[in-house]
Amino acid sequence: MEVTQSTVSGAVAVTLNVNGKKRSLAIEPRVTLLDTLREHLGLTGSKKGCDHGQCGACTVLVDGQRVYSCLALAVMQEGKEIVTIEGLAKDDVLHPVQAAFIDNDGLQCGYCTPGQICATVALLDEVKQGSSSAITPNLEHPPQLAELSEAEIKERLSGNLCRCSAYNGIVAAVQQLVGQTPPSAAADVMVKEMPA
Amino acid sequence: MNNFSYSRATSVQNAVQRASTDKNAMFIAGGTNLVDRLKVFLDEPSQLIDVSRLEMKQLEPLASGGLRIGSLVTNTALADAPEVRRNYPMLARAILSGASQQIRNVATVGGNILQRTRCPYYYDTAFPCNKREPDSGCPALTGINRTHALLGASDQCVAVHPSDMCVALAALDAVVEVTGPKGKRQIPFGDFHRLPGNTPERDTNLEPEELITAILLPPLPFAKSGVYLKLRDRASYAFALISVAAAVDLAEEQIKDVRLAIGGVAHKPWRSQEAEQFLIGKAANAATFEEAAKIALQSAKPLAHNRFKVELAKRAIKRSLMLSAAGGVV
Ligand SMILES: Cc1cc2nc3c(=O)[nH]c(=O)nc-3n(C[C@H](O)[C@H](O)[C@H](O)COP(=O)(O)OP(=O)(O)OC[C@H]3O[C@@H](n4cnc5c(N)ncnc54)[C@H](O)[C@@H]3O)c2cc1C
Ligand code: FES
Ligand code: FES
Repeated sequence: MEVTQSTVSGAVAVTLNVNGKKRSLAIEPRVTLLDTLREHLGLTGSKKGCDHGQCGACTVLVDGQRVYSCLALAVMQEGKEIVTIEGLAKDDVLHPVQAAFIDNDGLQCGYCTPGQICATVALLDEVKQGSSSAITPNLEHPPQLAELSEAEIKERLSGNLCRCSAYNGIVAAVQQLVGQTPPSAAADVMVKEMPA
Repeated sequence: MNNFSYSRATSVQNAVQRASTDKNAMFIAGGTNLVDRLKVFLDEPSQLIDVSRLEMKQLEPLASGGLRIGSLVTNTALADAPEVRRNYPMLARAILSGASQQIRNVATVGGNILQRTRCPYYYDTAFPCNKREPDSGCPALTGINRTHALLGASDQCVAVHPSDMCVALAALDAVVEVTGPKGKRQIPFGDFHRLPGNTPERDTNLEPEELITAILLPPLPFAKSGVYLKLRDRASYAFALISVAAAVDLAEEQIKDVRLAIGGVAHKPWRSQEAEQFLIGKAANAATFEEAAKIALQSAKPLAHNRFKVELAKRAIKRSLMLSAAGGVV
């Protein structure tokens, strides 16, 4: 096994695989993956909301799984495949999750959005692989994509907060992605419910 | 955070040996608790020994019929394992009710057991804290203490252990397997975490140079109907105010055996043996479970703001026992 060791406190050589590209850097062991992406690699899509694992704005994919990059040391990520929001679209074609967020107004200011989108990409994969959530009634029979209830979507995305509270649109985006018909946009509903 | 040197352990022996030659070294596994602590200067290690690449990621059946869980198995992998869902559902649910998917994907079993309290005064270095700095004082005693301990606290510390997974492990009689400079040893779960007493700075009986290598779960057939109930300030992504892990073994309508552990009430996951003793041989009904809940909380010493947790805990215990007696469907 390769051993990275620095006896003096200082920068160490780290090679990261980010969005399919090898990036070699000299960084101190205390630097988080989030700060590395933003400050050293110019990838400012991942956001810093809390820096303490409490908001989800920094969510990225590591070996296909969603993680908070603010709680991950960059030096520990060598040899892993890191995908950020910048790595989802193929040239000019948006990733289906990105497109669904736009279709369903899944954002307002957009600050939480890169994290929400990365989390949703992973969520769909987790459901396909049969993972249960804390509210799944029968742990041995997790819901299939098409059966994912609104409560399941909310529970599974609870690690991503939205200060603008665009939650209705976010849930609708997920519903569209799993082949359900999301309720009409909030504005429509409000117009319909207004007294004549 | 302060800087530190970083190295990857090449074997369990190598990790232990390095830790025993530097008393300011710390292990790091998932990093979801330690990195958070480093950021606010709760820990200032000279070096981090990365154990995350060691071969401790296996889930294996034990000859006894139980399960051996490598200490690096992630919280997600453990909750998703078919044998855990089937045989120890309270463990799967406890894990799934904790933190968020992003944290559980990285968090390891070993790290979860060793996560430190979320007492706000411990986290804020502007305040004194006996856990952080022995003999500096405990502001929670007279401050805001709605989330603090009801049972087993001392006048030095009223912090609670934050883990959900550990409440299930306490109920299931897990055993912690560790390796230190003197070799391997096994610590029964009930002896692993400590009550604060006069040494609140020590959460556990693990020595600093000892590495957790695995958790052993004995077989417990009636754990199939086990439940985990977690009550908190919001529906998800929050620590427990009160949680309960319970499993009831019924013969006809009589209680043959029972396991009961409570979270959010003490410095350690609280196994309620008195209540278990009381329940054995009794009829499984609401009145019995209510009496058991009273017994479990009889030595509670509420603080200024956490009296509500006494009633919350009693109701959660009663409900968990009822649910398990009814087959464990949540
Ligand atoms: C916002 C947030 C919300 C959370 N909510 C919950 C919740 O609701 N319920 C809950 O239970 N938890 C919750 N957690 C805590 C989470 O479960 C822990 O952070 C996680 O389990 C720690 O595991 P880790 O592998 O990342 O540990 P690390 O951070 O790597 O390590 C934690 C400690 O254990 C030591 N260590 C790690 N592995 C070993 C080993 N094998 N041997 C010896 N020492 C070791 C480290 O030195 C360190 O001191 C939350 C965390 C956050 C940030
Ligand atoms: S910035 Fe990482 S969770 Fe908030
Ligand atoms: S869109 Fe503004 S924080 Fe979510």
